[in-house]
Amino acid sequence: MNFLESLRFAVRGVSANKTRSALTTLGILIGVASVIILVAVGTGSSKAVEDQISALGSNTLTVSSTSTTGGGRGGPGGFAAIAALFGGGSQKTDNGTKTRAPQLTMDDARALTDTTKAPDVQGVAPVVSAQSVVATYDGASHTVGTFTGSTPAYLLINNDTIGSGSAFTDDDYNAHRRVAMLGTTVAKALVGGDGTAVVGKTIAFNGKEFRVIGILGAKGSTGPQDQDDRVLAPATAVQDTLAGYGDLSSISVKATSAATTSSAQTQVETVLDGRHHTTSSTRDFSVFSSSSILSAATSSSATFTVLLGAVAAISLLVGGIGVMNIMLVTVTERTREIGIRKAIGARRGDVITQFLLEAVILSMFGGIVGVIVGLVGSRFTIVGVQPVVAPYSVVLAFSVAIITGLFFGLYPANRAASLRPIDALRYE
Amino acid sequence: MSARHRPVIELTSVTKTYGEGDTVVHAVAGVDLVVQRGDYVAVMGASGSGKSTLMNIIGCLDGATRGRYLLDGVDIRHRDENQLSRIRNRKIGFIFQSFNLIPRTSALSNVELPLAYAGVKAGDRRMRALAALERVGLSDRTGHLPSELSGGQQQRVAVARAIVTEPVLLLADEPTGALDSHSTAEVLDLFDELSLAGRTLVVITHEDDVAHRAKRVLRMRDGLVVSDERQAAVSDPPPGVRDRAAVAS
Repeated sequence: MNFLESLRFAVRGVSANKTRSALTTLGILIGVASVIILVAVGTGSSKAVEDQISALGSNTLTVSSTSTTGGGRGGPGGFAAIAALFGGGSQKTDNGTKTRAPQLTMDDARALTDTTKAPDVQGVAPVVSAQSVVATYDGASHTVGTFTGSTPAYLLINNDTIGSGSAFTDDDYNAHRRVAMLGTTVAKALVGGDGTAVVGKTIAFNGKEFRVIGILGAKGSTGPQDQDDRVLAPATAVQDTLAGYGDLSSISVKATSAATTSSAQTQVETVLDGRHHTTSSTRDFSVFSSSSILSAATSSSATFTVLLGAVAAISLLVGGIGVMNIMLVTVTERTREIGIRKAIGARRGDVITQFLLEAVILSMFGGIVGVIVGLVGSRFTIVGVQPVVAPYSVVLAFSVAIITGLFFGLYPANRAASLRPIDALRYE
Repeated sequence: MSARHRPVIELTSVTKTYGEGDTVVHAVAGVDLVVQRGDYVAVMGASGSGKSTLMNIIGCLDGATRGRYLLDGVDIRHRDENQLSRIRNRKIGFIFQSFNLIPRTSALSNVELPLAYAGVKAGDRRMRALAALERVGLSDRTGHLPSELSGGQQQRVAVARAIVTEPVLLLADEPTGALDSHSTAEVLDLFDELSLAGRTLVVITHEDDVAHRAKRVLRMRDGLVVSDERQAAVSDPPPGVRDRAAVAS
């Protein structure tokens, strides 16, 4: 008997009990749709992270201090800590300063601008951060997300643009002028409208007055973090008023090009090792390139995606077991029919084909509707993430659905084909 | 021996036993039987007499334990499952007590089924199935589902399904067991017509009314054929037709 004939029998078998077929299909449908949607959410969130990081520019390096205890800058700290345990008396305070978290200084930043020692470094910007800064203007107040003090080079390194007004200059920096540039979120919060009215006004940050000279170009928000909720001012003025003269929170470095990023990283490490008297094993700072952050973020979001996909795959598996369950019921229910078919000439292969096709029709139908539901569902923003449908997930989910039908249909179909007609005909 | 005169059924010392040792049961204890082409045989016996087992063997649904069975000259021993399916499909038309039509499937599709398994093309299949339904007088019921037909009509669909492949043997197992007297008469008249047309029929039954219509009656007890009575010659019309002709003249 030809395949088309078996297909006709199978379609008739599936449509004979529509409610049951629909419910069985639902299991596969949910499985396929959830694979597509959850993988899309995973892909979407990793894409958001990638966008955020690549906005920094691919040739940016960030130097930050690593807080080490004891063994940081030079060995004596470790000994001092042991000595302190035995009540080392007056030495205590002295060792204390030595073992405290090492610092990045303005001098470190300045040293990196040395073009002979660091020829691949194009720009260096020391970064000073002030915490919990509240901006007030004319009765309005706003807690600033990020308050950064730096040099004009920061704008270049950070790929920042000027929305309106102007940027601060080296002159402003050297003169410790209290001028500031606001992110659009801060500007809007203080004066309303599009925020441009704030330019030229004087704003109080934790009571310290700064004159607003410009508004930073909008960067948008990726994920939960608003990148426009920030204030940028000359590092000198920030140290004078809000941050104090302690450590830099980081140093931003821009390499001459993306290709020289890794050599620039080595140069930065060499210069700072020289100044801090450290080696690669005892280093008290670390240098990140945006690409290294990107790869770390990508690998963690890939794990996330795989986890989501695995959860969805389990529901697909459960759907497949549902298909097998209903096919076993069908085979039992239709034992007599199988007996009749075999008595009048159906061969083993005919019976297997028919029941296998029934299982595949169920799973394929579930797969098709599941793909549609998955694609439609992925158009909505889910928990703040815009899902990005990964084509592979659609192909994978659909083919797994069909393979599931084949696999889980095989046992019931084989059972049907193995029935002896004489027993099957006697079955009530 | 030419195909014309080759017996349809040739059983030689056929036995069928179940169990082993002390618990052995001889369902068929050694049967020799030859059924010629065109014969109409009724096999009678109480339940447990072995007639159903014999029917399963004749219908190639079950193998004999010992002995030889030639169906239309073909030895049935040592055939695998698929070969037996093919033999049943080509050579035997089954008519069961409980009709055994495929549910939720039209009369026409039910009749087409054996042709579908034989690999006959759709157009040809439809034509032959319609002809078979016409033969049993159900031309106006081709699109009906089994659940929409009376018992007698369902059994006639089953007869149409049995004859559609032009098998050498029609094998009926208690064909009137589930029918009222009117439908029984309908089906038995149909059997007479088929016998007149030269078909070979073997009918398993425990009803005397049915047996009276056959040309030859076998009685079984304890797995053995205990009597073999001929009511009409193989080449003659079946007794039912002969009697009605006598009444009419």
